[in-house]
Amino acid sequence: MPKYLLLKHYRGGPEPHRPVPPIDQWAPEDVEAHMAFQNHVSELLEGNGEYVDAQALTPARTWVRYGGPDAAPVSTDGPLPETSDLVAGWWMIDVASHERAVELAAYVSSEPGPGGEPLYEWIDVREVMWERPRTTDAA
Amino acid sequence: MIDEPTRRLDEGALRALVPRVLARLVRRGEDFDAAEDALQEALLEALRVWSGHPPRDPRAWLATVATRRLVDARRSEAARHRREEATHAQPPPAEPRPAATEEGDDTLFLLFCCCHPELAPASQVALTLRAVGGLTTREIADAFYVPEATMAQRISRAKRALHGRRLDQPGDLAVVLRVLYLIYTAGHAGRVCLAGEAIGLARQLTLATEEPEARGLLALMLLNHARLPARFDPVGRIVTLDRQDRGLWDRREIAEGVRVLQSALALQRPGRYQIEAAIAALHGDAASAEETDWPQILAWYDDLVALSDDPARQDPAAVLGRAVAVGHVLGAAAGLRETDRLRDVIDDRHRWHAVRAHLHELDGDLPAAATAYAQAARRATNVAERDHLVRQAARTRAAEL
Repeated sequence: MPKYLLLKHYRGGPEPHRPVPPIDQWAPEDVEAHMAFQNHVSELLEGNGEYVDAQALTPARTWVRYGGPDAAPVSTDGPLPETSDLVAGWWMIDVASHERAVELAAYVSSEPGPGGEPLYEWIDVREVMWERPRTTDAA
Repeated sequence: MIDEPTRRLDEGALRALVPRVLARLVRRGEDFDAAEDALQEALLEALRVWSGHPPRDPRAWLATVATRRLVDARRSEAARHRREEATHAQPPPAEPRPAATEEGDDTLFLLFCCCHPELAPASQVALTLRAVGGLTTREIADAFYVPEATMAQRISRAKRALHGRRLDQPGDLAVVLRVLYLIYTAGHAGRVCLAGEAIGLARQLTLATEEPEARGLLALMLLNHARLPARFDPVGRIVTLDRQDRGLWDRREIAEGVRVLQSALALQRPGRYQIEAAIAALHGDAASAEETDWPQILAWYDDLVALSDDPARQDPAAVLGRAVAVGHVLGAAAGLRETDRLRDVIDDRHRWHAVRAHLHELDGDLPAAATAYAQAARRATNVAERDHLVRQAARTRAAEL
C-alpha cells in the first residue's frame, strides 16, 4: 500500500483553471462551505481506512542556511518572487494505487469555491518513499 | 488486544489458538464479524484471568467464553456477569484431540474467509494478520505505518463486507497465496516482523493443503529470508547479491527451503512460486557469485515467462529477471535487448533502469551504467534503494574518469 501526499499550495503550480480571489474575499457562506468540505474529506478518508495524516502550514516562510564557520545562520523571509511555490498543507493517505490517489486528489479539487461552484484547484500528488528495506533482493 | 503486563503468558501459544476457535465458531454458523469480536474479547479475558486460574483446556475455554459473548451480544444483556463468568468458565467435557487434518481444515477455512476475492488486497492482508495471525489491530497498524484508527476502520469495513456472504464454499487458493506473499514482501523491520508472520502463515497453509504451490511459496519465502542477514551492511546500506557475504546466509533456512521445494516439485504440478523458489535455490546453492549456475537459472526463467500469454504485459518482473539471466549467459548486449521488450511497459519503474545499469556495467560501458543508475535513483520509491542507486551512479561515474 503506497502512501501519497495530496499537497495544497498557497501559490505556484500550473495556471489556475478557474482564477478566483483569495478566500478572505469570498462570501461568508462560501467560506463556510469550503471549510466544511475540508473536514468532510478527512472524515471520508478516515471512514475508508485511507487516512494517515492531515496538516496545515502557515504561509510565513523563513529560508535558512549555514553561515560558515563561526558565523550565525543566514536567514531570509524575502523578498521572494510572488510566483515561488508555497505549500499550504496536505493529507497523507495510504491507498491501493496511484490511480486511487489521483481519484482522491481530483475529489479534493472539486471543493466548493466562490458561488459554491467547484474550485478546480491544482492538487500536487507526491508519493512518499517507503522507509523500510524490502525483503527481497534489490537489482 | 494483548498488552505488555500479560506478555508473560505464552502469547505464541495463545495466538495459535485463535484461528482454530474462530473457524469453529464461524463454521457453526456464527457471523464472522461478531465471532471475531467475541473472540477478541475472550482473549482479553484470558489474559486477565489465566495467570491466576489457568484453564485445563485453553482452546475450549476460549470457545466457551467467546460463545457466551456472542449469546450476550445477541440478548443485549448487561455485562455484569462477565467477569464472574470468565473466572469460573469451565470447558465442556474434554473433546477428543482433533486430528491434524481437522486443524488444517480450520486454518484453510479461515484463510479463505479472510482472503475472500471480493475484498481489497489491503483488507485481505489486515484481516488475515488479525484473524489467522492473531496480531492486534495496533500491531498491524504499526507494521504498515498508519494510525490505529485507520487500520481498525479497514478491518471493520472488511468484516462488514463479509457480512451475509456464504463462507462455506471452497475459496480461491491463488488469492490466499498472493495475500501471504504480499505480507512477506511488506517487510521485516519494525516491532512486528511481517516476513516472519508470513512464513508462519505459509507453514500453517502447507499443513492444511497438499497443493504444491503452497509449498512453493513457503520455499520461496524461506530461501529469500535466509539471505536477509547479508542483504544490508552494519549501517543499513544495501548489499547486492553478487557482493553478499555468503557466510551470513542462514544455511538451515536454505536447507529447509530446498527440502520444501523438492517435495513440491515431486508432485509434478509446477507453478510460479515453485519456479521462483527454484531460482532462489540456485542462488542459495552457489558458493560464490562466480559459481552461480546462470544457464539453469535462465532455463527456469524460460518456464516462468512461459506461464503468461503476453509476458511483457502480464508479468514484466519475470521478463526483467530473465533479462539479467540472459545477460549472464549470452552476454550483456543480449540481456539489454531483452529489456527493450519492456520499454513501453515499465520504463517508468526504477527496476527497469537498475537492471539496464547492471547490464551496461557487465558490458564495461560505465558511462551508460552511470546514467541508467541515476535514472533508476530518480524513480525509486524506497529510501534504502534510492540511496543504493545514487551510490552506484556515483561509483560508476567515478570509475569511468
